[in-house]
Amino acid sequence: MNLLGKLSWSAIPFDQPIIMGASALMILGVGLVLSWVTLRGYWPYLWREWLTSVDHKRIGVMYCVLALLMLLRGFADAIMMRAQQAVAAGGAQGYLPPEHFDQIFSAHGTIMIFFMAMPFMIGLMNFAVPLQLGVRDVAFPTLNSVSLWLTASGILLTNISLVVGEFAKTGWVAYPPLSELQYSPGVGVDYYLWALQISGLGTLLTGINFVTTILKMRAPGMGYMRMPVFCWTALATNLLIVAAFPVLTATFAMLLLDRYLGFHFFTFEGQGNQMMYVNLFWVWGHPEVYILVLPAFGVFSEVISTFSGKPLFGYRSMVAATMAICVLSFLVWLHHFFTMGAGADVNGFFGVMTMIIAVPTGVKVFNWLFTMWGGRVRFTVPILWSLGFMVTFVIGGMTGVLLAVPPADFQLHNSLFLVAHFHNVIIGGTVFGAMAGYTYWFPKAFGFTLDERWGKASFWCWLTGFYLAFMPLYVLGLMGMTRRMQHYDDPSWRPWLILAALGALVIMVGIACQIVQLVVSIRTRNERRDATGDPWNGRTLEWATPSPPPAWNFPLLPHVSGMDAFWTWKESARAKQPVAKDARDYEAIEMPKNSATGFVTAFFAVVTGFALIWHIWWMAALGVFGAFVTFLVFAFREHDEVEIPARVIAQAAGAHQAEAVP
Amino acid sequence: MNVAVAVHEAHPEALTGAGEAGPAPKRIVVAYGFWIFLLSDIVMFSALFAGYAVLVRATAGGPAGPQLFNQTSVAIETACLLASSYTCGLMSLAIVSRRRYSTYLGAAVTFALGAAFLGLEIREFAGMIADGATPQRSAFLSAFFALVGCHGLHVTIGLVWLVVMMAQVAFKGFAATVERRLFCFSLFWHALDIIWVGLFTVVYLMGVSP
Repeated sequence: MNLLGKLSWSAIPFDQPIIMGASALMILGVGLVLSWVTLRGYWPYLWREWLTSVDHKRIGVMYCVLALLMLLRGFADAIMMRAQQAVAAGGAQGYLPPEHFDQIFSAHGTIMIFFMAMPFMIGLMNFAVPLQLGVRDVAFPTLNSVSLWLTASGILLTNISLVVGEFAKTGWVAYPPLSELQYSPGVGVDYYLWALQISGLGTLLTGINFVTTILKMRAPGMGYMRMPVFCWTALATNLLIVAAFPVLTATFAMLLLDRYLGFHFFTFEGQGNQMMYVNLFWVWGHPEVYILVLPAFGVFSEVISTFSGKPLFGYRSMVAATMAICVLSFLVWLHHFFTMGAGADVNGFFGVMTMIIAVPTGVKVFNWLFTMWGGRVRFTVPILWSLGFMVTFVIGGMTGVLLAVPPADFQLHNSLFLVAHFHNVIIGGTVFGAMAGYTYWFPKAFGFTLDERWGKASFWCWLTGFYLAFMPLYVLGLMGMTRRMQHYDDPSWRPWLILAALGALVIMVGIACQIVQLVVSIRTRNERRDATGDPWNGRTLEWATPSPPPAWNFPLLPHVSGMDAFWTWKESARAKQPVAKDARDYEAIEMPKNSATGFVTAFFAVVTGFALIWHIWWMAALGVFGAFVTFLVFAFREHDEVEIPARVIAQAAGAHQAEAVP
Repeated sequence: MNVAVAVHEAHPEALTGAGEAGPAPKRIVVAYGFWIFLLSDIVMFSALFAGYAVLVRATAGGPAGPQLFNQTSVAIETACLLASSYTCGLMSLAIVSRRRYSTYLGAAVTFALGAAFLGLEIREFAGMIADGATPQRSAFLSAFFALVGCHGLHVTIGLVWLVVMMAQVAFKGFAATVERRLFCFSLFWHALDIIWVGLFTVVYLMGVSP
């Protein structure tokens, strides 16, 4: 009996210079940051104000920071793949051996979807939704912190796999039988499964939290049809999370049982059914696409309306389209595997449903266009991302409708045409939306705006880089190149792949511009302070608070009397909103107390996950026990709230009023 | 908590959080959130049910439902679980009227019935495994053990939760947090019953019909 399970020194790939170099770089980076924090003595501040914070705004910011870091990691994978395919033509094998290349494309997909796009969207929702609803926090603040840290646990495990052991070589979907023990005996698939089970639990808790928050906690007067569209899309997204993620959990649990206890859900032996995995996976997977893109739709709605100086065109149709997509997204999953051979009738049904789901999306695009039409459009960075989105997303949507035709899909299935299509909608939709939201809400979160010039440079690099990198992939797909190829024989593909690699480089310049933008903005923050709390002449309630908002968001709960609540107040010269005439009108506010529960739970989740991956059973038991004790400590704690005295609230509110009202 | 303050006016909508009356009271928010969790749990079970339905005929030459299921034992299990839901309801009534010892009694009976259910299920599993009908035998048995076992795992978690809650009642009395958690527990316990009814029907009744 080995005390460390399958773990030994041979788990660390010393013979792979590329992996060791990347690992060393990552460890160096993390080490530098940690020692900087230690040397400057920031730990108490970090622990008190951030790591144990249950404030939805701070949690939102931390989600976005995680997502941006993972964007760098996932992009490093992307550029390695592009470089490999640019050189590995004809007899050349490139610089990445197949088993490493396979890990890179699996890690790229997993990280970009679960650890970049989703945390970014969840971060924006965390930050903006309670502010837009006019309330002081989400329904379950401590649970929110648990969600964040469970997501971080999944991220940590995935990144540990770079150094210790390996990651899955199965692609990000991990289809059996390839992902079964027989064909993937290493720990790669286990890293994938446990990282996603742990972070998936966090995501599910987020879903529960936000559905409850949006349906049960809105400021007085904020009826459903007065909610900002971002709140509606957040509602739809979180409903999708609640309905779809448990399916993923169950599916992965089945695969785990197969791998750990010799069950036969998806194996060849014992009459397992591999196609069941594919079906279950995409029952989650297609709603997931909308989990990623619906919040981005919400961001664009806010941005376009704000910078056009007009209320959103067709608010009701926008809400209806969002909810229609929410329902229809569960009726299209089979289009991911038309080639499975379910028969003409089944394929026909799902093909038609897929085309139908394009209709509400089209409604949205027209609404955005009509919102801009006749408005005074200010061409700031967020609106540039929105315009780039509209053009790019429509192209991606149209190639999607092409793929929805089963006979066409039989030709294009698993080709680079498909890869181009989903990057076209996910980068053009979700990533552009994330960037728009980042620029839009940054001043609200930190009290100063981001630099416009570098922001614009970044946008143009991303946009041109995107077209350079992915339009060639459409061509290559039509030429017959399949996805995930470590090398290829056909030399006529090579020029297109070199072009795609150049595109990836241009995107890299775009990312560099964003880093520069952040640094420049922080250095010049004193010139770009947002004193009023309303830098964009906004329409929704988050702009009624100071930037950054106090922990309690609103000194008095706002009373909402129409759509675009803050705009309405500004129009009526703040006539109806509750403003305290003197300091005695404020009351003390009870806010949830900081809690280490989330952080400690995540620590034990990482311990348990790592132990299970390496079959270190005693450590797994210890981890579960630790998590249980953490839960008990939380359940038995005496005080879960702190009271903020009226004097403090009056002071903060007074300062804001002096700035905001001329 | 102030994030869920009661509104000033006593408005009927104020109790639900629907409409324009402002945030719902904490009690409603917590119960509502727990309902959403239960729904997600049921979605997870539905995936396991679907897996079972797909694999029910995939016996790989091994034993099938009619040879394996002992309906007398399952009937007693069912009776235990349904009766425990009833006693759980009695416990809820005792909580509302703040009778501490009736609460303990209701919890004890609920725990005993739940433990009896679990004991019978473990005996059933052990018997099957002893006869060679292990989850490794066929895809059908994998799906069976996963589905029924997942429900059993939920019952186990429920029993642990019940013990923790009784400790909370002992130490903290009927504080608002404790009462809300007890309410969530009873929702959980009843939901397990509902899942068992589906499970009993799909696995044990339809499973023995030819």
